[in-house]
Amino acid sequence: MQAVRGRRRVAVVAGCRSPFCKAGTALRTVPAVELARRTVIELIHRAGLFGRDVDEVHVGQVVPSPLVPNIAREVALLPQFPGSIPAASVNRACASSNTAIALGYDQIALGHADVVIAGGVESLSEVPILHSRRFADLLHGLNRPRSVGGRLQQLAAFRPRDLVPVFPAIAEPSTGETMGEAAERMAKLHGIGRRAQDEFALRSHRLAHAGYEDGRLAAEIAPLFLEEVEEPVIRDNGPRADADLAEMGALKPVFDRRHGSVTAGNASPLTDGAAAVVLMAEEAAQALGHRPLAYVRSYAVAALDPAEQLLMAPALAVPMTLDRAGVAWKDIGLVEMHEAFAVQVLSNIQAFESRAWAEQRLGRSEPIGEVDWDTLNVMGGSLAIGHPFGATGARLTLTLANEMRRRSAEFGLISVCAQGGMGFAMVLEAA
Amino acid sequence: MSGLAVTVRVQRGIGWLELDVPDEPVNVLTPAVRAALESAIERLGREDDVRALVLISRKRDSFITGVDVTTIASLRTRDAAYALVRRGQEMVKRLEQLGKPVLAAIHGACLGGGLEVVLACAYRLASDDPATRLGLPEVRLGFLPATGGCQRLPRLIGVQPALDLILTGKTVSATRAQRLGIVDEVVHPVVLERVADETAARLATDRRGSRRRHSIKRLAMETNPLGRKMLFGAARRQLERKTHGHYPAPAAALQSVEHGLTHGIEAGQDVEAALFAELAIGGVSRNLIRLFVGSEALQREPGVEGGGAPPRPVENIGIVGAGFMGSAIAGVAALEAGVDVRLKDRDHGAVGRGLAAARDVLHVRERRHDIDDVRERRLLALLSGTIGWDGFGRTDAVLEAAFEDVDLKRQLFREIEVHVREDCLLASNTSTIPISRIAEAVEHPERLVGMHFFSPVEKMPLLEVIVTNQTAQWATTTAVEFGRRLGKTVIVVRDRPGFWANRILAPYLDEAGRLLLEGVAADTIDRAAVHFGFRVGPVALLDEVGLDVAERSARMLRDEFGERIGPPVTLTRMLEDGRLGRKNGRGFYQYEDGKRREVDQTAYEIIGAAVDADVPKEDVQARLVFAMLNEAVVALDDEVVRSARDGDIGAVFGIGFPAFRGGPLRYLDELGLSDAVLVLEDLERQYGDRFTPAPQLVGMASAGRTFHPWD
Repeated sequence: MQAVRGRRRVAVVAGCRSPFCKAGTALRTVPAVELARRTVIELIHRAGLFGRDVDEVHVGQVVPSPLVPNIAREVALLPQFPGSIPAASVNRACASSNTAIALGYDQIALGHADVVIAGGVESLSEVPILHSRRFADLLHGLNRPRSVGGRLQQLAAFRPRDLVPVFPAIAEPSTGETMGEAAERMAKLHGIGRRAQDEFALRSHRLAHAGYEDGRLAAEIAPLFLEEVEEPVIRDNGPRADADLAEMGALKPVFDRRHGSVTAGNASPLTDGAAAVVLMAEEAAQALGHRPLAYVRSYAVAALDPAEQLLMAPALAVPMTLDRAGVAWKDIGLVEMHEAFAVQVLSNIQAFESRAWAEQRLGRSEPIGEVDWDTLNVMGGSLAIGHPFGATGARLTLTLANEMRRRSAEFGLISVCAQGGMGFAMVLEAA
Repeated sequence: MSGLAVTVRVQRGIGWLELDVPDEPVNVLTPAVRAALESAIERLGREDDVRALVLISRKRDSFITGVDVTTIASLRTRDAAYALVRRGQEMVKRLEQLGKPVLAAIHGACLGGGLEVVLACAYRLASDDPATRLGLPEVRLGFLPATGGCQRLPRLIGVQPALDLILTGKTVSATRAQRLGIVDEVVHPVVLERVADETAARLATDRRGSRRRHSIKRLAMETNPLGRKMLFGAARRQLERKTHGHYPAPAAALQSVEHGLTHGIEAGQDVEAALFAELAIGGVSRNLIRLFVGSEALQREPGVEGGGAPPRPVENIGIVGAGFMGSAIAGVAALEAGVDVRLKDRDHGAVGRGLAAARDVLHVRERRHDIDDVRERRLLALLSGTIGWDGFGRTDAVLEAAFEDVDLKRQLFREIEVHVREDCLLASNTSTIPISRIAEAVEHPERLVGMHFFSPVEKMPLLEVIVTNQTAQWATTTAVEFGRRLGKTVIVVRDRPGFWANRILAPYLDEAGRLLLEGVAADTIDRAAVHFGFRVGPVALLDEVGLDVAERSARMLRDEFGERIGPPVTLTRMLEDGRLGRKNGRGFYQYEDGKRREVDQTAYEIIGAAVDADVPKEDVQARLVFAMLNEAVVALDDEVVRSARDGDIGAVFGIGFPAFRGGPLRYLDELGLSDAVLVLEDLERQYGDRFTPAPQLVGMASAGRTFHPWD
C-alpha cells in the first residue's frame, strides 16, 4: 500500500508498557516521571534502538506533577539519549498518548523527524492535593519581603479552615458533571441496562486473562525493577480470572445509588502505568534495520458539546479517520476500543450501527458499520487492564499492531473517548 | 627544555605569573621550575608599579600537580634531600613575605607542593570545575608535605580537618575546599581570570585577604594545650591501628604538625625538613614512588605490543549474571564509566536483587558526597535488567559473571553470541577457569577475553585482562581501555591457570592450610602475615573469599601444578561441616553482625589439627611469604605477566601484597636473590620440596641479576 497523498509512511516498529496497577497499589510510591523513564529505557532495549537515532520524544499525561511540568523532556534527558532531543508533553485527556503518537506521525510524515518515541504515563497515586486559595495566598505573601509586623498581620488573618485541602475535581469544568455521572446519564439515554454492562465488563476480564495466559499480553509488559518497590512488578493487577456475573451484579451503583447501573465493576479503575511506542519513517526503519509492526494510515479527532453527550465523540472520529484512510469499515479486521465504561463502549457501538446517528450526525444515509464481536478488544480492554489516562492510547496502539500481525489483519482501528466530549480514532495498516 | 616555565606579564599594576612547564602535560615543580618561579617573584617584588601578583596556570586543567616524583626518587643522600626541601621552603616563604599580596587563581589539579605554594598566598580563588582538585597526597608516596604544608594548612583550617587531608592524602573539590576554608572564593572557570584581576586590584589597596575560620570546637580542642594533646594522641593511636607501623610518613606528618603548633612555624619547618630527608631516601617512599610511577606508566599503555588496534568505543554493556560480582560490576560501570548497563539473570527475583545491589554502589557514593543526588539519579537510570536477551543487540561489550562452572560459561557464551553484534567484545569474569577453555566453545574466540575483577569490585583497584593466543588486538585494547574507564589499574595477563594474582596467592593460602593442620593457631598465622604488611592474614582471607571458592580454586590449581600445592584437606573438611566463611557466618573465625570476631576454636577439631605445634614463629612468616615469592618467580618465567613491574603492581593492587615492600619481585631484589635462595633452601630442608627454589631464581642469583633494573 502506498503512502497517502505523497506523505512519508510512518511505521510503528516497537512498543512496550509498564505493568498497569490500580492506583494506590504496587506502583503507589513511583512518581510518574520515573514510570515514564523506566518504560522508555525498557523500550529502547527491546527495540534495540540507540539514543543517537531518536529525533523527538512526545509523552502524554493528563494530571502532571507541578514539580515536573514537562515530563517528556525529562524522558528525553535520560542518559541513554543525547541532550539534543526536543520533547513535548501533550494533554488530550484520555487520548493523550494517542495524540503524542499522532504528533510523532505528523512530524515524521512532514519530514521533520525520522524516529520518534511517543507514549504516555499516568500516576493516579500521585495526583497533587492543593491548599485552599486563602492558605496559598498566605504562603505567597509570607515569601514576599516585608516587615516583621506586616508578616504577623498576615499570619493573624489565618483561619484553621484554610488548612482544609482542595482535591482536584474529576468533574467537567464546563458542566460540573463528573465522568461517572455522564456515563450514568448515557446508560439511561441509550437504554443500556445493568446486565449488558456487567456482561461486557466480564468479557473484558475473561479476554484479558486469556491474553496473559497465552503470553500475548505478557509479552507487551516490561517488568519494572524499581528502586521504590521491593519486588519486581511484572504483571497488571486489574484483570481477574475469577470474575463472575453474580459477584459483579452485587456491586452497588456509584453515581446513582437508587436507579443507576454504573458500578466499580463496569467502569475502568483509576490506574498507574506508562506505555510507549517507537515510530519511524519507513525508510529510516529500513536503514536502521528495524522491522515495522504496522504503519499508521490515518487519524482523526472530533468533539461534541459535553453538555449534550460526554463520551460519544468516537462515533464522529471513526468515520473521519476511515475516510482519511480511504478504508471501508468492512476492511477493518481488528478494533481496539478504549473501555472507559462498559456503557460507553456499548453506546458507541450503538451509534456505529445506527442509521439515525449516521443521518443526524454524519449526514450520511448508511450507518458506519456493524461491529464484529470476534474482532473487538480481543484481549480485553481498559475495564480489566486498567486505565492510566495518559498511557492507554499507546497501549491500544501497541496491542493492535501486535495482534494485527498475528492475525494477518490488513487494517486495524483504534477508538478512544476523552474528557471534554472528545473522540480520537486511528487506522493502522499491516506492515 | 624549550621555552620558559614561568612567563611574567604586568598589566594595570597586576603582575601575572603564568605557569606552563615546557614539554610536560601538567605543571610539576622541579628544582628548575621552582627557581624560575622564585626569580619571577623576586623580579615582580622589586617592580614598584606592581601592586599585587596573580599566580595562574596556562595548562589545560592543571594548576600545579606537585613536586616532581622523579626528582625525589633520584635523591641519594639525606643531605641532598634536606637541601632540596629547604630551598623549597625558602621560595614559599619569600612568596608569603613579599610585601605585596599574591593571589592564586586555581583551575585544575592543585596538589602537594602546588597546594603548599598556594597556602602561602594572600587569597585563593578556585574554579568550580571538576578538574579542580586540591590536596596533599604526599603520604601516599611515603613522604610528607614539607614546604610548609604541615604548618600552614592546620593554621588555616584547623588541626582536625588538616590532619584529615594530610594523613590520608585525599583530594577535595573546589567547593569542598571552600567549605573547609582552604579556598576563599569559588567561581566559574570562564571568569576565573577576570575575578582574579579584580580581586588582586582590590587586595592591592585593601590588605584584608583571606580570613581564618573560627569555631567553638576549634577553640576547645586546639588552642588549649590539653585539648591539643588529646587530639594528637587520638590521631596517633588511630594511625598505629591502620598502618601497624609499616608506613612512617603519616606519623612523620603528624609529628611535624604537632611540633609546629607547639613551637612555632620555624621550628615546625625544621622538623618537616629533617623528617622529609629521612623519608625521601628511605625504602618505603622509594617503593611507593616506584609503584606510583609504574602504574602511571601502565595507564598509558594500550595493552598490546605496538598498539596496532585502537580500542573500540564502549557505551552500552551487558552483564550476564546478576550475582555478587555481576551486580557490583554493573554499579561500578554506571558510576565510573557512565555506560548503559543491561543486567541479565535467569529470573526476575535475581535481576531485581542484582539491580538493588548495583544501585547500592551508587547510593554509598551519594551518601559520601562523592556524587550529588542529581548525578546519582542520572546514573541510576543507566541500570536496567532483563531475564531475556533484549537489549543485547545494543551492547558494545558483554561481561559474563555467572557461577564458576566451565560448562555453564560455555553455554552462556554460545547464547550471547547469538544476540550480540559481530563487533561486540565478550569477556568472562572468572578467577579460576582458563579463558581458552571457554574460547573453544564460541564461534569467534578472537573477541573473547577474561576480565578478572577482585572483590569487592567497588574497592579493589586491580583488573586482570586475560588474553589467549587467539585474542585479537582490538579485543585486548578495548578491554584494557574499558577497564581503565572503570577506574581500575589494568594488567594484561596470559591465560595460565590462576592467572597472576590468584596463582601467587595459592601457595600462600596452601601454606596457611598446612600450618593450621600442623596445629599453629589461626590468629598466629594471620598475625605473622599482618606483621609482614598484609592487610589481613591468609586464614581471615580464606573466610573472606569463601571457603567453597577457595577450595575450588585450590583444587583446580593443584590439577595444573601438582605437588607445589597440596590437596586442600583443611578446606574440604570445613566445607563438609557446612562452613563457607564470612558469607554464612561460619568459618575459621566467628562472626557477629557480619563482623569478624574471635577464632572459632571448634574449627581446629574439624580440620583435625595437631595439638602442640612445633613451628617457630619466624618460620610461620617465612613459609607464608616465601611460598608466594617462589611462585611469583615461576609465574613470571611462565610469562603470565609481561614484566616484573606488572607482576608487582598486580600483587599489591590485587591481593594486598604490602605496598611499602614494592611487590614480591621488588622485595626479592631488595632481599638479594642469593639470600632468598638460601632461605628457600633452608625451608626446603625443613619442610619439603615445595620450597625448592625456582630454577630461574637460582640462575638469576648466580648471574647477579635482578628482576628490576636498579634505579
